[in-house]
Amino acid sequence: MTVVAESPARPGADGPPGGGRRLVEMALRARELSILGALAVLVVGTTIANPRFLSGQGVKDIFLNASILVLLAVGQSMVVVTRNIDLSVGSVVGLVAFSAGRFAAGGDRNIVLVLLVGVAIGLVCGLVNGLLVSFCRVPALVVTLGTLYVIQGLDYRIAHGDQIGAAELPSAVLKLGTDGVLGVPYLPLITVVVMLAVGYYLRSYSSGREFYAIGSSPEAALLAGVPIRRRVLTAYLVSGALAGLAGVLWLARFGTVVADAAHGWELKVVSAVVVGGIAITGGVGTVYGAALGALLLTTIGSVLVVLKVDSFWQDAITGVLLLLAISVDRLLALRVTRALKQRSLESTVHREGRS
Amino acid sequence: MTAPARSAPPTLALVNVSKSFGAVRALQDVTLELHAGEVHALAGENGAGKSTVVKTFAGVHRPDAGEVRADGAAVTFGGPADAQAAGVAVIYQEPTLFPDLSVAENIFMGRQPRAGLGRIDRRAMHAETARLFERLGVPLDPRQPARGLSIADQQVVEIAKAISRDARVLIMDEPTAALTGQEVARLFAVTRTLREQGCAVLFISHRLEEIFELCQRVTTLRDGGFVGTDLVADLTPDDLVRRMVGRDLDALYPKQDVTPGEIALKVRRLTREGAFTDVSFDVRRGEIVALAGLVGAGRSEVARALFGVDRWDAGTVEVDGRALPPGSPTAAMSAGLALVPEDRRQQGLVMDMSIERNMGLTQLKALRRATGRGGLISRRVERDRAADWGLRLQLKYSRLSDAVGVLSGGNQQKVVLAKWLATEPAVLIVDEPTRGIDVGTKAEVHRLLSELAARDLAVLMISSDLPEVLGMADRVLVMHEGRLTAEIPRADATEESVMAAATGRPGNGKAA
Repeated sequence: MTVVAESPARPGADGPPGGGRRLVEMALRARELSILGALAVLVVGTTIANPRFLSGQGVKDIFLNASILVLLAVGQSMVVVTRNIDLSVGSVVGLVAFSAGRFAAGGDRNIVLVLLVGVAIGLVCGLVNGLLVSFCRVPALVVTLGTLYVIQGLDYRIAHGDQIGAAELPSAVLKLGTDGVLGVPYLPLITVVVMLAVGYYLRSYSSGREFYAIGSSPEAALLAGVPIRRRVLTAYLVSGALAGLAGVLWLARFGTVVADAAHGWELKVVSAVVVGGIAITGGVGTVYGAALGALLLTTIGSVLVVLKVDSFWQDAITGVLLLLAISVDRLLALRVTRALKQRSLESTVHREGRS
Repeated sequence: MTAPARSAPPTLALVNVSKSFGAVRALQDVTLELHAGEVHALAGENGAGKSTVVKTFAGVHRPDAGEVRADGAAVTFGGPADAQAAGVAVIYQEPTLFPDLSVAENIFMGRQPRAGLGRIDRRAMHAETARLFERLGVPLDPRQPARGLSIADQQVVEIAKAISRDARVLIMDEPTAALTGQEVARLFAVTRTLREQGCAVLFISHRLEEIFELCQRVTTLRDGGFVGTDLVADLTPDDLVRRMVGRDLDALYPKQDVTPGEIALKVRRLTREGAFTDVSFDVRRGEIVALAGLVGAGRSEVARALFGVDRWDAGTVEVDGRALPPGSPTAAMSAGLALVPEDRRQQGLVMDMSIERNMGLTQLKALRRATGRGGLISRRVERDRAADWGLRLQLKYSRLSDAVGVLSGGNQQKVVLAKWLATEPAVLIVDEPTRGIDVGTKAEVHRLLSELAARDLAVLMISSDLPEVLGMADRVLVMHEGRLTAEIPRADATEESVMAAATGRPGNGKAA
């Protein structure tokens, strides 16, 4: 077409519309803020009902309980952001808690060595998941469902009906679960350090952004030359390693470990991640949000105990929260997309009019 | 225009390249040389192998035989990353961006400016992006997410990406298909600047006039085979079409004269807030009425509302005298409306489903009834009907059970048409019926529309292709910023009168 459109400039429509970014940032922040808000309401409400809830020990317990879930949520976030899922984490925690316990009980082992063994086992599990998903192109849901059962079976085989008792463990291991630095227990400390490191990496490093790129549009990522397989493999390795770390922390915190430790936790972790604002379709969300989601779920559990509510309500409430989070996401996504389209349209019309 | 001196080897070239996918020969012995400072056109009908050429240059496909050469030396692109490293930037027909990430991140993915310790320097990245947009003359916000950008803006982002990479070779696969005239002009200006800076450009377009306006040389492909490379200046448009099609083309706009019948579609004061206002018109049986206007004028929105995809806020719609409720595609369909949407990949077809099943989708009820087997669908009836339609529309396919996705764009469009014609509609709404379709098939689609109108169907055709509007329509309705600004009878419709109304200038057209 050789026609050139011309029309007089429209008055009052100068300058590019720049609200699109604020809108989206607001939508993202809104998630983290609303979780914080929910946490605040929950804590204040419960404290009014039972003032002992906010005692030093109560708060400490919540953070100790949340540490392991948050750690797993951080690893899971990396996987989900790439539009994949890791359902095997619960089994990995169980396997590592038991086998690291067996290893530690075998002699007066150095705690660092125990941690390394746990992380190494986790890495191997992550490697298997990652290779199957990224190189063999099997859907993540199926692969990790499979490894969930395989690892669980392995765990049962090793345990053989036994359990690890706190009395068998070297004191260094148990100290990891109880001691701390300046009154702050090790567990939350480790978790926060890991969370900050992963969060910082994902946000501020070029390769970190590629995880989001892959989840946002795999085709575009391929065409942009993003090493998709390597990144997806990395995500599973991190998730596996963190699950291994979580397994050792589990051992340290509880001392007594049976074979089905952390049984069913994979779904808890995925729930926490989704409640925390990571889109299950990838590309959106932060590990901080996921961590907050995990903290929220844990707090609800503690609150129910304090309020003497039957514990089976906890699962129902988790479910409701999950549905709420997904509905809000969907609604928000629709709203934001519509607003952005409108804005883009206006700016096009505006441009057509001006030049 | 003369070709530049050929002292240096071509920046990028395919030499005697062949490529097959299974039994399908996509390319056979194709040679194509891209030189610095030249815009090279690649012409050919859909299915001629243009996309395969693009993907071979882009490192997505590897040739079965022959080689890719950069600066005269054979290279092997193991993947898109290798091609990018060699300075090749590709702008695909459908831009591929990360919808959740910001525009700036889209441009700099994988090579963001770094601050200390390898961290991303966001401020530098945004500043650099703003600079790129300034150079391109578009007021986009670098921090805005890519989601919701118009296709034209998405393309701008792709071009900015290419420029920021200092690409030596820019490959544009039908970049203008979704652009308005003005956006095309902007794109051409940018392309010429890049050419002058020594970039080698490969340009693909179905609009021949664009090839003649922008390019120095043109390589033609037909059915995967190499036809030839010519200086554009040595060719006429007819020559080029003959090379592409391999035969002389029948008239591109075979509009039959008809006497309009009863009013089939009656639209009065239709309004949807934020989309269009106070739209009134009639379409009679036997008539093709074109709805013209710039992209974003509200034409597709009217079509969507008529078909019940979106609700309208005020006004009435009647089909054959029966009022239509707002917001119900089911009611619209049973009243006799059919909509062939703008985006056939997303809205018109289920790409992974077979040809026969896609065609059968609109007639599941009829297919059930046809069998009388308690609600089961007979695959045989489905297949027979599909084969019948395939014959009537001259569909080119190997098996009806093949996924629709393997067909060329023009043939996909025929499947969409068949799917809707099988409902025996009274009113057919077609949105950009020939976008991204090659000349040969374009003429067939036009002939089909003309025949349908002659058989008493009322056709409402939305089109941004002015020659198509002028060639096919009995009447032209023009929209501007959500309002109907003119109704022009065939005799008075010219490019000038339509564009005047489309851009909101008082023109020759009678005000509606």
